[in-house]
Amino acid sequence: MFKGETYAGDSFYEFLRLDHPCLLPDWTHMDWTQVSLLHGTTVLAIVCKEGALMAGDRLATEGHQVGTRDLEKVFRIDDSSMMAIAGAAGPAIEMVRMFQLELEHFEKLDGQPLTFEGKANRLSFLLRQNLPAAMQGLVVMPIFAGFDHDKGRGRIYKFDITGGRFREADYYSTGSGGKDARASLKKIVRHEDLSREEAIHAAVGALLDAADEDRATGGIDIVRGIFPTVKLATRSGVEDVKDEELRRVYDAIITQRRAA
Amino acid sequence: MSTPFYVSPEQWYQDKAEYARKGIARGRPIVSLEYDNGIVMMAENRSATLRKISEIYDRIAFGGVGKLDEYETLRKSGVRYADMRGYSFSREDVAGKSLANEYSNVLGSIFTREMKPLEVEILVAEIKDSGNSAFYQIRYDGSMSDMTHWATIGGDSDKLGDVIRGGWKPGLSLKDAAQLARRALAGSGSGGSIDDLDEKTLEIAILDRARKGRTFKRMVAEEAKGLLSG
Repeated sequence: MFKGETYAGDSFYEFLRLDHPCLLPDWTHMDWTQVSLLHGTTVLAIVCKEGALMAGDRLATEGHQVGTRDLEKVFRIDDSSMMAIAGAAGPAIEMVRMFQLELEHFEKLDGQPLTFEGKANRLSFLLRQNLPAAMQGLVVMPIFAGFDHDKGRGRIYKFDITGGRFREADYYSTGSGGKDARASLKKIVRHEDLSREEAIHAAVGALLDAADEDRATGGIDIVRGIFPTVKLATRSGVEDVKDEELRRVYDAIITQRRAA
Repeated sequence: MSTPFYVSPEQWYQDKAEYARKGIARGRPIVSLEYDNGIVMMAENRSATLRKISEIYDRIAFGGVGKLDEYETLRKSGVRYADMRGYSFSREDVAGKSLANEYSNVLGSIFTREMKPLEVEILVAEIKDSGNSAFYQIRYDGSMSDMTHWATIGGDSDKLGDVIRGGWKPGLSLKDAAQLARRALAGSGSGGSIDDLDEKTLEIAILDRARKGRTFKRMVAEEAKGLLSG
């Protein structure tokens, strides 16, 4: 009804594409493999008794160099869900922002939030829109996890660049150290039986393992006080796990590994 | 070709205004006032799903009286406008005043250009960083006024205003503010008596400064009952 408004649906992305196309990024028409850009590395998600946990190291690389030491790669999306990103950091963080708005916009227009499944589908859609850019080197690899109020438990979805959406029952990890983190997690994580503390322990351990094998994954930087990002989605909301707690978990893991 | 009848602009606008006022008068009013930690908005609404009061953005709420489909379209445009502004600038840059101006432009241009004016009145309520609040009333012809501390739209504004003016003071608790709003609605003569106005027949929402980010909250039946009791 406002000046220039022609779109009448519930999607914020489609509204911008139709009525304000200049606000949307256009990353096509360029070979991004020739440019050195910030890349996010290892992120992971674990289903636990209370819901779902997500964690990520803080390093972003720029070619073979350190780009940023304290990049956040795990984001709260709404009261019950989180998204973690690996790959080209610029487009990935933009996708997070668009995804957050897409869900909030729908909730406000429609009067009720999307289901967990519906949210995962919206993220698929945004990834499909990114496919041309991905083909030119701007690959974004997200994980989506959270507490599904309809099902009463934590859930994880992984994606590929075509927007393909795949459910993971117990855990998943992606990024340059993703394979190493998965190798670490598979020995510990069993279906939904982890307590909050065990899940945090498993996540920090897996990030340390990934940092050990993969040069692009940042470990824990005690000198600068940089800890991984760890978030937990439960029935009551999304909680940030504090650095002090992560420090205690880190110390416990080091003591354990020295003794072994 | 036949010559159309001449109608003077005054007459035409008067007819349109009367038409719009009649349509709006059929609706139930909305009362909105400051309490010590935000803004409370209240309206008599017997529908469980169709809303008169809704969220626009972090600190901005919307109220509409009159024809539902018309204010509903305006509400959705407002959400799109606010989300677009927040996306292209920052969340803090979305202000109630610019939204109220958009509403005023749309209503004004429809009133002057179209055969049928919109039969709605719009209220934009906003909590500000400074601790103040702002209320913008936009009428069917696009005329806009801003109020501090409280505002009403629809119904008999004199009667509603008298009750609130008599009872409002700075630092009211949420409960006191909600009960004052209920007394105003009951005294306006356009709806139920005070005994009819309970958690089942009232729609209540707040902009709560204690909440981070999105401050809008709709009161569920249990919370509304707590506010209205005693």
